[in-house]
Amino acid sequence: MVKRVVVGAHYGLKDWLAQRITAIVMVVYTLLWLTIAVYHGGVDYPLWQALFANAAFRVVTLLFWLALLWHAWIGVRDIWMDYIKPTALRLTLEVLTVLTLLGYAGWAIEILWGAGK
Amino acid sequence: MSALERPVTKPRPVYLNLVRIRLPLPGLVSILHRISGAALFLVGLPLLLVGVQSSLASPEAFESFRSALSSPLAKIVLIGLVWAYLHHFCAGIRFLLLDIHWGIELKPARVSSVVVLVASLALTLIVGVRLW
Repeated sequence: MVKRVVVGAHYGLKDWLAQRITAIVMVVYTLLWLTIAVYHGGVDYPLWQALFANAAFRVVTLLFWLALLWHAWIGVRDIWMDYIKPTALRLTLEVLTVLTLLGYAGWAIEILWGAGK
Repeated sequence: MSALERPVTKPRPVYLNLVRIRLPLPGLVSILHRISGAALFLVGLPLLLVGVQSSLASPEAFESFRSALSSPLAKIVLIGLVWAYLHHFCAGIRFLLLDIHWGIELKPARVSSVVVLVASLALTLIVGVRLW
């Protein structure tokens, strides 16, 4: 029989990896913006508007936002785990963090697909 | 007990007083990475969403968003966030390189932490001057 040690959580490899992959996604998106801005010689309203009117750009931006929110979840959760020892308080803060980030995700979708109208 | 038998133990500090600890440079980069990440979550994220949303509404909204950013207080907050993003960005790349065992010896790790600190401050300065 396999003896399993119940630790109440997984070991965190998935989160560790997700934190790094989402980081790379954000680096690529940042460099994309930098390239566009340099190529165009700055960012004005017509460029701003045209970019967000482009469906592909909106999808790529949504990927960036989701990567950002996932990344933020892992990082903020690490902070709560390191400094907040009372379980009830830590759980409360973690739940509030998740709800905030999910709310931001909805908000981001609203911005991206409500903007063209 | 003769001098030979005495155990060789140097008196080492056992306190973890944050004010008295002299943090090594890689440690400084690390804690600033955490602080900048927390700032980006608490302040940067909601401001970015508000900013993108309000600036997309119309050319006038875009301009009024720009002029809202021209107050000294807004500029100071913005420059702070720019630094937070740049430090988090540079330190994050350093951590990714450490993950693939690039520069993990003491000396290159120290050098790269100086590079991160200087590069993010220098880039913030460049952006800050352009912004102001």
